[in-house]
Amino acid sequence: MSLLEVSGLRKRFGGLLAVDGLDLSMSEGEMLGLIGPNGAGKTTVFNLLSGFLTPDAGEIRFGGRNLVGLKPHAICRLGMARTFQIVRPFPQLSVLDNVRVAALARHPAMPRALEAARAVVERVGLGARARELAGGLTLADRKRLELARALATEPTLLLLDEVMAGLNATEIDVMVRLIGAVNGGGISVLLIEHNMRAVMSLSHRIIVLSFGEKISSGTPRDVAADRRVIEAYLGEEYVHPAQA
Amino acid sequence: MKLLALLAVAVLAALPWIVGSYLVTVLIFIFFYAYLGQAWNIVGGYAGQLSVGHAAFVGVGGYAAALLSAHAGLSPWIGMWIGGALAAALGAVIGYLGFRFGLRGFYFVLLTVAFAEICRVVALNVDAVGGALGLYITFTGNPRQFQFQDNRAYYYVALALMLGSTALVRSIERHRFGAYLTAIRQDESACEALGVDTLRVKMLAMILSSFLTGVGGTFYAFYLFSLQPNAVFGIPLSVEIIIRPIVGGAGTVMGPILGSFILSPLAEISRTYFAQGGWNGLHLIVYGLLLIAVVLFLPQGAYPALLRLVRRRPA
Amino acid sequence: MDPTLIGQGLLSGFLFGGVYSLMAVGLTLIFGVMRVVNFAHGDMMVWGMYLAWLLSARAGIDPYLGFVVCAAALFLLGLVVQRGLVERIVDAPHEMQILLMLGVALVLENAALVAFGPDPARVRSPLSQATLWLGPIFVDVARLLTFGLAMVLTAALWLFLARTDLGRTMRAAADNPYGARVIGADVRRVYAAAFGVGAACVGAAGALVSPILPFQPTSGLGLSVTSFNIVIIGGMGSLPGAFVGGILVSVAESMGAVFLSPSMKELVSFGLLIAILLFRPAGLFGKTAG
Repeated sequence: MSLLEVSGLRKRFGGLLAVDGLDLSMSEGEMLGLIGPNGAGKTTVFNLLSGFLTPDAGEIRFGGRNLVGLKPHAICRLGMARTFQIVRPFPQLSVLDNVRVAALARHPAMPRALEAARAVVERVGLGARARELAGGLTLADRKRLELARALATEPTLLLLDEVMAGLNATEIDVMVRLIGAVNGGGISVLLIEHNMRAVMSLSHRIIVLSFGEKISSGTPRDVAADRRVIEAYLGEEYVHPAQA
Repeated sequence: MKLLALLAVAVLAALPWIVGSYLVTVLIFIFFYAYLGQAWNIVGGYAGQLSVGHAAFVGVGGYAAALLSAHAGLSPWIGMWIGGALAAALGAVIGYLGFRFGLRGFYFVLLTVAFAEICRVVALNVDAVGGALGLYITFTGNPRQFQFQDNRAYYYVALALMLGSTALVRSIERHRFGAYLTAIRQDESACEALGVDTLRVKMLAMILSSFLTGVGGTFYAFYLFSLQPNAVFGIPLSVEIIIRPIVGGAGTVMGPILGSFILSPLAEISRTYFAQGGWNGLHLIVYGLLLIAVVLFLPQGAYPALLRLVRRRPA
Repeated sequence: MDPTLIGQGLLSGFLFGGVYSLMAVGLTLIFGVMRVVNFAHGDMMVWGMYLAWLLSARAGIDPYLGFVVCAAALFLLGLVVQRGLVERIVDAPHEMQILLMLGVALVLENAALVAFGPDPARVRSPLSQATLWLGPIFVDVARLLTFGLAMVLTAALWLFLARTDLGRTMRAAADNPYGARVIGADVRRVYAAAFGVGAACVGAAGALVSPILPFQPTSGLGLSVTSFNIVIIGGMGSLPGAFVGGILVSVAESMGAVFLSPSMKELVSFGLLIAILLFRPAGLFGKTAG
């Protein structure tokens, strides 16, 4: 059964056609990478999927349910969680309290939500920082917090928006392993990334967006070799590890 | 901590039998404005939706109870709930318009001020509700009509309002509703992405806040025995309502109480010593300076600062 | 309805609109450059009025000359408020900024109350009594002069923003605050100047209107609300919007007074504000606020 079915998705901002007739599907347990140059419309797609924007045309079916017209909180409750490209922690709350807000979506009672939050905080490796205020965290920890909050809503599909951006090589490795583990645990992941090593190694499949259109899709290897993708985005220098 | 609270309540309960009538009156105002501040605190402090028009709810509640009592002989003990409900309805309208249309910050402030001013102008000009002269309550001293011969009865009512509202806010803080409010104040979009129906939560906060404030309007009417449109719907009352929680600590349980204990005596002193000399507005100048000082130096209010001070002392 | 009455109202409203425009331009300049909403705008204008009254009553200076002093005094006040207060909370949440300016408004309004008393005041100018007749409609010379001077000042402001370095930097900062900082503009100086100029506008407006309208310390709130009305209608941060909006709102108010009762006029004002807030907070010309 298809987890996510998107067809004919279109969004226009004034004169700019940000997303032009996009088709996309995901099956359960899959990790799908969404790549493309800046301004290609990737974050717009996320905003459309998660309900922050309404599409001008097209269908979004998640677990068989139509999502178009639903508000973001409803979509989250249905099992699709997202992170933001520019992280949005609650600065005056502790790491634990941040995650608890998310956990309350599934566990309305405060003590139970706290327990669930604690488990997620440990899982992403922020246990040592649980009581620190989110406003004082490093960028890498804030990214992990963002991930933790999304996980605490117990999603079946996780939308990650450039979660590696701004991280150094070590931090990226940690994050890659974390995401791999999340996906390994059964959560499907749709991943926007610019870091090619990360997205190529993690993804089962990749979709390439350019100027709002899908220009290629397939396995990482196929996409890396695709002439159109090389011209639009990757450049001649990029060599997929499998081709080297 | 609980022992300290119980002790404080016991002391407050005993005070009217120890101190003189003047101090009892001052304390009544402290408790009453702490109550109004606590009601505002729910939507203005915790949810972070700055309303500078809460006087509208006091006015609606007070006028409703007063009119029902005068024209329908309805006891204010019942009228207060109707007044509260009407105030809540107004709050729902303002909240819905503001939240649904995405009015934040400055725009939301303006919306609340506009509604309060409309209420004021209507009350001033509609003779059926008293017009410019306002409403006067005839003194009967009958408890069934929410009137008491003894100042001390009002004292206990005001104390009950303050303690009850504080208990409510404390409870809110410990439940999901409170966690959601605090999160919404910091980042609404993040909340939406985490499954929080921000519109519904904010509406709930607004309705609860305006309901409680409306109930307070009945106390106002039957304690002061008069309702003047400019006094009961005007910006000065809205300022009195918000300044205590802001100075004391918006979004904290003790903030409105601490704020009221700081500000009411200040207002009383300036009124007593300077009002005769024609320096009518002095206490408002002090309010203004305090607001400025709080924003610049103690943005979280006096109570959190006090806590930090206490925690620095070695155990 | 007597067409003469309507014509009278239209002309009256139009002429008064000059002052509204000047007032609104000051507010929108402050907002446009710094994204600060000056809640004390109306109260600053009231101080402009009282200063004009002082000059007239104590020094015999006609407000149509004295407005320069009022503008200068309010300019200084604006500088002090910006440098001393607003600048310290540049990065704070908007609610803090609102509360700060509310505090300033409270201080200004009640300082005026303490200094001048609660009773309405009016400035006597020898020109207040003179009238001109244009056919069946008469024009207060005072109103005409107020309008004329307000237009001159607005034009001067326009030139300042268009031709001087400081003015151009202000416009740049209004368009793109980060960009302005990046190119090395001394943003603090620009902000202080913008607040000062905005306050000067409203100080001059107050002086110019003092011979026409009675005023009291509590007039501040109404004037602030009217300023917000105009600026929101015309577009937050848009100078042409504030200018056009000022005339529009003044004419609308004048018509409101002709067709409805004067107290209902306030209702129209507030109702209009709510409608604009709900349906076009960006206004006719404007950018969206933060």
